[in-house]
Parts: sequence; structure tokens; C-alpha cells
Amino acid sequence: MTKTVLTVDDSRTMRDMLHLALSEAGYRVVQAVDGLDGLEVLKGEKPDVIVTDINMPRMDGFGFIEGVRSDVANRAIPILVLTTESDAAKKTRAREAGATGWIIKPFNPTKLVDALRRVAA
Amino acid sequence: MLDTIVASAKERELIAFRIAEQEFCVDIMAVREIRGWAPVTPLPHSPSFLRGVLNLRGAVLPIVDLAARLGLPATNPTARHVIIVAQVNGQVIGLLVDAVSDILTIGDGSIQPPPEVASGRVRTFVQGLVAIEGRMVSFISLDRVLPRPEAEAA
Amino acid sequence: MDPMDAIRQTFFQECEEQLAELESGLLAMQGGARDSETVNAVFRAVHSVKGGAGAFGLDDLVRFAHVFETTLEAVRSDQLVADAHVLKVMLRAADVLADLVRASRDGQVLDESHASASATELASLGGPAAGPAIADDADPLASLMFQPMMVEAAPEPDRWIVRFRPRAEMYAKANDAVMLLRELARLGPTSVSLDASDLPDLATLEPEGAYLAWTVQLQTDQPESSIQEVFEFVDCDCDVDIKPADAVMAEEPAAEVDPNADVMALIRSLQAEVAPEPEPAAIPEPILVAVPIPMAAPIAAAAPPPPQVREEAVAPKPTIRVDLDRVDRLIDLVGELVINGAMLTQRVGEAGISRASAVTVALDELEHLTREIQDSVMAIRAQPVKSVFARMPRLAREVAAMTGKQVRLTSEGEATEVDKTVIEHLADPLTHMIRNAIDHGLESPDVRRAAGKPEEGTVKLQALHRSGRIVIEVSDDGAGINRAKVRESAIAKGLVAPDAVLSDEETDNLIFLPGFSTADKVSDISGRGVGMDVVRRSIQALGGRINIASRPGKGSTFTLSLPLTLAVLDGMVVTVAEQTLIVPLTAIIETLQPRAADIHEMGDAARVIAIRGTYLPLIGVGAALGWADPERSVTGGVALLIEGEDGSRAVLLVDAIQGQRQVVIKSLEANYRRVPGVAAATILGDGRVALILDVDAIVSDARGDAPFAETRAELGLAYA
Repeated sequence: MTKTVLTVDDSRTMRDMLHLALSEAGYRVVQAVDGLDGLEVLKGEKPDVIVTDINMPRMDGFGFIEGVRSDVANRAIPILVLTTESDAAKKTRAREAGATGWIIKPFNPTKLVDALRRVAA
Repeated sequence: MLDTIVASAKERELIAFRIAEQEFCVDIMAVREIRGWAPVTPLPHSPSFLRGVLNLRGAVLPIVDLAARLGLPATNPTARHVIIVAQVNGQVIGLLVDAVSDILTIGDGSIQPPPEVASGRVRTFVQGLVAIEGRMVSFISLDRVLPRPEAEAA
Repeated sequence: MDPMDAIRQTFFQECEEQLAELESGLLAMQGGARDSETVNAVFRAVHSVKGGAGAFGLDDLVRFAHVFETTLEAVRSDQLVADAHVLKVMLRAADVLADLVRASRDGQVLDESHASASATELASLGGPAAGPAIADDADPLASLMFQPMMVEAAPEPDRWIVRFRPRAEMYAKANDAVMLLRELARLGPTSVSLDASDLPDLATLEPEGAYLAWTVQLQTDQPESSIQEVFEFVDCDCDVDIKPADAVMAEEPAAEVDPNADVMALIRSLQAEVAPEPEPAAIPEPILVAVPIPMAAPIAAAAPPPPQVREEAVAPKPTIRVDLDRVDRLIDLVGELVINGAMLTQRVGEAGISRASAVTVALDELEHLTREIQDSVMAIRAQPVKSVFARMPRLAREVAAMTGKQVRLTSEGEATEVDKTVIEHLADPLTHMIRNAIDHGLESPDVRRAAGKPEEGTVKLQALHRSGRIVIEVSDDGAGINRAKVRESAIAKGLVAPDAVLSDEETDNLIFLPGFSTADKVSDISGRGVGMDVVRRSIQALGGRINIASRPGKGSTFTLSLPLTLAVLDGMVVTVAEQTLIVPLTAIIETLQPRAADIHEMGDAARVIAIRGTYLPLIGVGAALGWADPERSVTGGVALLIEGEDGSRAVLLVDAIQGQRQVVIKSLEANYRRVPGVAAATILGDGRVALILDVDAIVSDARGDAPFAETRAELGLAYA
């Protein structure tokens, strides 16, 4: 069955890259532009995995993850955060918020799909 | 099969037309359509060969009296005259001619350079001569039919 | 296009947006904004540029953005105070970042010293040092999550015993033991045994508790790090123990078992035992995960679905991005629709159908609707002037640096909308006006100080809508126009007669005359052969006006007024020498029937007409366009009192007035060239082309201002 990935990123470039890599790997991709928008999308979508950026306007990645996890229905959705090598503190904070794993930027499509596979049935 | 490809690579198609009993032609690739004459709107302060402008599906085209442009007597257009709509240097222009006479398929080598005797005016526009079944058809380069844009510095 | 190329394009577009965001954020901070949202937005802008640049391997850009980001992080975390000096440095850095972005986009290599000087300046601000790990994001290899560990001299064991016991926290983060088992199975054949000894009775079972542990025998040629990697995401939330098999005295050698069968059996037995009625997998109770495990089934094997994209669903104002060509096509089509509607109206009129008939009424409604569609379509292309205004702060900084002046540029009304075609034509005149305001308008700091003004001059940029036009003002608090000097210079250049009596306003407007420049020395900035005359001409070419108001010692204000769109025009349809012409309505003050008694000959060719006691030049349009005999009688015609862009008045004589209507402007230049005396063309109801009169050109030609004659000479040359 086709799996759906929700990508949450304020950067169009990043959304496009995620979209390209994921759709080529056979995923259905749903996009949101920031945390608030992501929560909005989740009212109508039930993605198999979420990939989210951290630095975003209106609601950042931490707030978004907490928002997702606060809804019982969404607790089982794996969430991967996009982060950079140097952001160890962010990784920890994201995990505290309830992130399942992370993807180090810049990523290549193989890495991305690998990370998704590791958390999504 | 291979022969066809080789042949087509060397051939070009030309549209031949008549102006004042002489035959001229242009490359068919430049021609967008051929339509009948319709009254044009004259432009002020324009050279005599520029008959005016015409509406072609929302675009405003300048119409050049090719006879006048070539130094021949100006055309007195009637409903039987024809406008060849051509694309030149990114612009679309209309060429007023007497009638379209033929579509020619010629080998690349069949266009001869015009002889030295030709007058300056004709040499500006006639790039070569094509001999077809005993007729002489002058091949016109459309590049110079309209004044060059670089002379336009306002 | 290669999808990556398309994304690259998107990236550079987005960079421009981020750069604008960065600059306006920094300017807001310079204006005193210290709220975290502004600081965050600035940080995010640089961060985004860096992130995308990393993805495309644009190392120079990444390196500089990283230094910049580090400084911004220091500000964001209150380790560095963004005082005036810090902001100046950061604004310069923003300019450098913009240069780097554009160089990367255009495949150019920038002078390295440019960036390194700014980077050094940034680093000198203090805050946490920008570590040497700068390149970490840039190196594509760095994207590997783990570096392979050094292979020891001793051969890696190939059999492992992996024990893991998830804690409840692990499940709370949507990690799943099944995934871990599957990932281990990818490394090689496994044999799994479940330790369910901690599992309590159902009655005391915590639904979100964690009670199970697994022991996995794994045979693999992968190094230990690969096994650790499986547990990377769960390291704190799961007790993991990885040991070589021989160290654990494996009692049963790892058999070549089918991992699928084993795990499936395990899950099934669990389900049977604990959860007789499996619920949907939504609840994060690990035991209930009734997922059929397609062991290591390649995900990519799934058929790629048509991806469903919620692109750009920004909550406050949903927008879509549309290819401009499509909008232009739509505008063209609506223009055609307007013309066809007019044609139909004309035919209905010709057919003698009564104005009260149902057909005419329905046609009126259709026309009304068509106009509404046209307005709506034009609104699609309307854009805030912000995109142009946003380029000005950098310009102001550069001009200030070159002239040694201190400038604060403020802007208002950035959200004012105007058609995209107008926006595109605004940048150049605005650039000149800002340059002019700083270079010629503002005094140097010491002069200002001596005059009791703050050393920092202010240039204000303002946009607003006024009576169907957009008005843009550029004002400075400089010295104002030195009228004595302007007058002297104009006389010296022969632009005005030495004994001319000029009002202050007229004197000020001399600076718009061709060839006028008051600068004593031709400075770097204004001396590019471009004077205010060029600005005025380009504004007029857009159907706009420009005026200056100046107060000595207080400053000058340039006011520029432009139509909101360049695509349609309200015109008066007139007949001249049997041709139909359009005269822009904005130019016409009133229409009148000339009386022979009011018309006087002046010299050999000129005529004037007396209107309420004032003599105005009378210009026969037919003669001006070369279509009619200049000597022909003027009575029986209609006179249009018009006002030129420079405020001067004249009377145009036409044969008859047909009516007023809005016309769609069609360019003559698209397929031909500019024609003297003609502003553009349009298409009438009958499908014929009508010319739109260039009123100013006609008037100045009659006045003998010569631009016309010049153009004619040029044309003559061109045809030779």
C-alpha cells in the first residue's frame, strides 16, 4: 500500500527536494509550510510518517511535535526531524518533544528513504 | 529510408510569390500564415513602404508593401492581394504581395548568389537566385525588410 | 527540465525572498525592533539560505552563511547586543550574502576578499566563535549519519547476540520494537526470542507500559556500528546490549532460519495471548501492532502514486503560484473579449435595435460583467511595491558610503499594489531618484551639523493610491533646490533666456530639462550620463507624471504619479483625417467648439487660440501627424484642451469626437517600433487598429522642442 509522508518545512526548496526524493521512492507526499499548518493538515490526513524542519515561522518543529503527540490519535505516527550535524542540542530537544528520529541535512535521497524505512512499517 | 533523411537534410522549402510580374521567394520556415488583404491603419511619419498596421488576432502587425520596399512601384492593394505573415527576428510582420505562386522544394546548393549587376536596393534584400523550370525566382532575406532595431536609440 | 534544476531555480528565488526578509528584519532592528519574532525571522533567513546552499554544494555560500548565522545566534541568545555598530556590520554582511547568492546563481566566482572581509568583521563582533566545523554542512559526505568505524586489526566477529528492552518512553515517541527487529534482520539472518516474563496479568497491564524484551541472534558481515545504528533513534529509551556471540557462550548456534517466519510466529502468538481482538494500530501499545511485516520489502516497489500536494497552504492568506505566461494569456483573452463585446454592441447599434430592447439590456449586462472580469484579471497581476522598495535600502547604503553622507531611508506604503508591468518599470526611475536625493539633496554631515540639523539625513520613500493612480514620493530633508544656482546653470546652458521670469516652481522644474545637471563635479553616482530628464522621460513613457516641490534648507519632495496598469486606458475616440484615434482621457481637461474669432495666426505657421483670455498653442492633429494640410480651416472641428505631463497646456484640433471608452493597450513595439506621435495602439470594435495619440510628443513637437525632429532624423537614417 502506498504510504503517505507529511513534510513540514517553510522552505520551498526543501519541500521540493523532499517531494522529489519521496515521490520517486513511491511515497505519496503531503506538504505543510510550518508547524501550525502541519497540525491543520493532520486534521484531514493520516500520514504514515512525518518529516519536519525545526526552524519555522509561526510554530517551530518542537511545538509541532508536541502538538502531534498531544493528540492520542497521532501518537503512533513516527516523526523525523530535519537537523544539521552541529545541532546536537536540537536533536535532544526534539526527542524530548517526542520525535522518533532525525535526518541530518543536507541529505541525499538514499539517506532520507533509509531513515523513513527505519521508523515506518 | 536513409536516403530520405539525407535528402531532407539538404532540401529546403520556399514560398514563391509575385510582385509586379517578378517572382520572389522566402523560406517557408519563416511564414506563419497567408491571408487576404484588409484595410490597414496608416502610421504617421512612416516610410512609404510601410502601409500601416493590421490586427491579427489581437496582435498589431506592421504591413510592408514589399514592392515599394524593393524599389518597385508601390502596390495598389485590392481584395485579391495577399499578405504573407512572417516571423522575422522575433517580430511578426505582414508582407503585401500580388499573389502566392508556388511552393518550391530545392536543394541547398541551388540558390546562386545574385550577379554583380543588381542594383544596390535589390542587393540589400535579394540574397540569391533560384532557377526553377526556366523561371528565375529571387530569394529574399527578410532580416532587412524592417529597419534594424539598433537604429532606434531614442 | 531536470527536476533538480527546477529545485535549484526555486532555491535561488527563495533566496531572494529570504534576503529581502533578512534586510527588512535588520532594518527593523535598526529602527529599534528587538522582538524575538524579528530576530528569529532574520536568523531563519540566513539559516534557510545556508540549508539550501548545503544541499547544492555551494560551499562558499555555506561557509559565509555559517559565520553570519553564528553571529545571529549570539544575538538571538542574548550573548551579543545588536547595537548600531553590530547592525551596520550585519547589514553589510547581508549585502555580501546577497552577492554570494547571485554569484552562485550565475555561476560566477566572487572576489574572495569580499566575503572574507565581512566574515572577519562578523567574527570580530564576539559571541561564540564560529567554530572550525563550518564545512560540516557543506561536505556532502558529512551527510552520512555515521562514519564507518575504523576496522580493527582483529577480524570483526560475524555472530552477535543483541538484547534489547524498550522502555515506555520509546513507544511514546512512536518507535517500535518491530522496526528494530526488522532493521536487525536486514543486516543478516536472525533468530529472535521473546522474553515476556515481565508481562503482568491483563488486569494489571498498563496499556502504555513496556514489558517485553528481545534477544536476537544475528549473523552479519556488517560491523558492530551498523548494529548500533539500528538503535540510534532509541538509545536513551531502550536498554541495548550488543555482544559477539562467542562471548555470550551461545548455547544454540545461529541457524539459517527464516526470519520472517520466526517474527511472524512471535507476533501471532503474542496477539493470541494478549489481545484476542486486535484494535487498529493507532494506539501505541506495542503488543497490539498487528502489522503484517513484509520483511525488508523494498519500499520503492510500491507504485508511485500521483503525489497529492498541499503547496503553499499558508494559513493567513492562501496563495498559489501561477506561471506569469498564463496570467498574461488570460489578460490578452479578456482584452479580446472586451473588443468582441464592443464589436457586438456596435453591430447591434448598426442593426437599428432600440436601446430599450431586451437585446441591448442583456448586452449592457454582458459588458458590465466583462469589465468586472477584466478588473479581476488585472488584479491578479497587481503586486505590492515592496519588491521594488526592498531594493532601495542597499542602494542608499552604497550611495551614502560613496558620498560620505549619513542616510536613514524610511519607507511607507510598501503594501500599495500596482500592476506588475508598472512595478517592473519603477525600479530604474526610483533608483535614480534615491541616488539623486542622497547625492544632490542631502548635505554632508558637517554641513548639516553647521545648519543645526542631525548629521544623519533622512530620505523617505512613500507609496499610496490617489484617484485611480499610484503616487510615489521620494522626499529628503536636505538643503532643497538651490534656485539661484539652477537658474544660473540653466541660463549658462542656454536652456532659458537670461531675462526669463520664472516662478519658484518653474525654476525647480528646470532640473528635468534634457542636459541639465547642477553637480559641480560629476560624481560616481549621478554622473552616469543619467539625469532627471531621463527619469522624467521614462515616467512619461509609462503615462506618468513627475513633479518636484522644494523648500530651501528643508529639503525636496519628488512626486511621481503613475497609472495602476499599463494594459488599459480610458480614452476619447476621435476622428482625424478619416482615421480613428484615441486621446488619453487623463490628458484632456475639456472639449470645446473653436470659434474663428478666437483663433489667431502667429508667425508663419503657428496658430494660437484664446480661451478665457489666455492664448494657447493650437495644434491640428491631422497636420501634426502628416495626414492633413496644415492650412485647412479649423472651424467645424472640435478642440481638446489638454494638459501635458509638464503641466503646460495646449489645444488639439480634431475633426470629430466619436465617444469615450476604455481601450486595451497594444504595443506597436512588439512587432514594429516606436512611432513618433503615437503612444501605442488598440483594437476597435470593428477589429481595426486605432492609434493612441502621444499627446506630449505632439505638443512638444509643435513647440519645436525637437525630440520629434530628432527621432525623424534617426528614422531617416535607419531606413537608408
